[in-house]
Amino acid sequence: MTDCSSHVPVLEVTDLVRHYRLPRESLFAKPGHVYALNGVTFQIQRGKSFGIVGESGCGKSTLARNVMALEETDSGSVKILGQEVVGLSFDQLRPLRQHFQMIFQDPYGSLDPHHTVGRIVAEPLAALGAISNAERDRRVAEVLESVGLKTRDVTKYPHEFSGGQRQRIAIARALITHPELIVADEPVSALDVSVQAQVLNLLKDLQVQYGVTYMFISHDLAVVEYLCDEVAVMYLGEIVEKGLTENLFTNPAHPYTRILLDAVPKPGSGKRRERIKLKGNVTGQTERRVGCSFQDRCPMVQDLCRSEKPPLKEVGPDHLAACHFSDKVSAAG
Amino acid sequence: MSDVQSTSFLSRCRRSRSFVVGGLLTGFLLLCAFVSLFWTPGSAYDIIITNRFLPPSSLHWLGTDQFGRDIVSMLMTGTQNSIVVAVVAVSIGLSIGVSLGLLASARRGWTEELIMRFSDFSFAFPAILSAIMLTAIIGPGGVNSILAIGLYNIPVFARLTRGSANAIWAREFVMAARAAGKGRFRITFEHILPNILSIIIVQATILFAIAILAEAALSYLGLGTQPPEPSWGRMLNEAQTLMFLDPMQAIYPGLAIATAVFGLNLLGDGLRDILDPRLSRKR
Repeated sequence: MTDCSSHVPVLEVTDLVRHYRLPRESLFAKPGHVYALNGVTFQIQRGKSFGIVGESGCGKSTLARNVMALEETDSGSVKILGQEVVGLSFDQLRPLRQHFQMIFQDPYGSLDPHHTVGRIVAEPLAALGAISNAERDRRVAEVLESVGLKTRDVTKYPHEFSGGQRQRIAIARALITHPELIVADEPVSALDVSVQAQVLNLLKDLQVQYGVTYMFISHDLAVVEYLCDEVAVMYLGEIVEKGLTENLFTNPAHPYTRILLDAVPKPGSGKRRERIKLKGNVTGQTERRVGCSFQDRCPMVQDLCRSEKPPLKEVGPDHLAACHFSDKVSAAG
Repeated sequence: MSDVQSTSFLSRCRRSRSFVVGGLLTGFLLLCAFVSLFWTPGSAYDIIITNRFLPPSSLHWLGTDQFGRDIVSMLMTGTQNSIVVAVVAVSIGLSIGVSLGLLASARRGWTEELIMRFSDFSFAFPAILSAIMLTAIIGPGGVNSILAIGLYNIPVFARLTRGSANAIWAREFVMAARAAGKGRFRITFEHILPNILSIIIVQATILFAIAILAEAALSYLGLGTQPPEPSWGRMLNEAQTLMFLDPMQAIYPGLAIATAVFGLNLLGDGLRDILDPRLSRKR
């Protein structure tokens, strides 16, 4: 971890695959699978925010758990600061974990109600190993202050705080080891809209202060647009489009991205492009299809899409999309 | 605990009527047992045939039995016996059962299967029947009845612990602890156990009542406490032949058992109201 050269990506995910086995329906039936991740590849550079959007069930949280090495990965590689984490044992991972921490979605569920704030925030330090009480208290006070809480809050319990404040506690816990990477799994979606903005601004400020890199998972496009430098759109366990936030939001090259963007109401803007609406629901992740994963819901589906899987190909500078007809999608905008 | 929490905890204790009544009854029981260690109004052991079947008087508050022993003294000394049996039996079940349940929940896989199938297996035998079987094999007596009741308690605690621990393992704060790098053993003691402790305490209180009942049943059958040690169950047994001669002989120990079980069940219910986080969060 001494290699701090800036060209090594903080996070490098290559061809990550995760399939869950379902319980057998009967003794002699073949067990089914949920194809949660089907080969996901991306990189995040130091100090950047990388957003991952998609509807529920598209594998966002599975991706977060696999990056955090919280479950077994089927195949592929996850490198954090150039260090491979897939295949390491839990004990081998422990010293590495100070470099990557996580913020969870539900601030009511992610804090143990029986622990004081001080103990919750210090948890990653306690897990790392021996540290003097004075040093621990100093660092707890430091992070509590940087997330806007008071030092005297350490003796309080989570139930004495509001949702927004609880999420600040969770952020403090993720920050205490001064990690390079923070994986944030829908960190604001459980909060009131007014509080969301405060927490998002806090995350931005902390990025400046600590130089931390975010992998930011959300289903809310506005939140991602506000916070992230780069965005990947996921559908059924695959990245279907990836690019710099500005390019992707102004010039979507995949019909799914286009539909998601069209679904966001834009008050005030006089010009509105012709909206494409999404039909149907997410088709199950329990079967593997020939061809494009989006074929059942795509408004511009062709025969080619049903027979051949579109590769993730370059459609512009730093802009990738997995669609046979991406030029048409862009042109229609 | 902060001041805010402890005051609301106390006020919730006072508001729960079943906790107050159950606590008073249980306290009375403990007091009887404690006092009988030093002093009883008469003698629970001395057989004085000339004093048999005395009516209640200032000397013998509830009269005497067929051997002339003082009934109040026997009831009080019997309390000791019931409490000791229940405490030891519940402790056996608690320590082994909770450990097994936590282990099953932390390890999952075949460890969990093995422990749960074992407890399913022991559940297939009715409690009293298996206690009778055990005492029949290893012989009657106070210690053996404690062992039999304790063994029966193990799967009860194991199942309860495993079930509630699994629910805690699925919570996000446990995943946060994993993400921090804490091992399963450490999470079990720092996160799982504190969060299920209240459920275990409630269950222990209720099993305490069942253990008292089971001890009385075993002693009644002659498999538990042996003479001359006074025991509620044996008093019932001895009074049985005198049912029409002196029915009060059977009613007193019966009332004692009923009071103890009633009090402990109320206490358990009250504790559940006070400690259960799902109920207390609604306030």
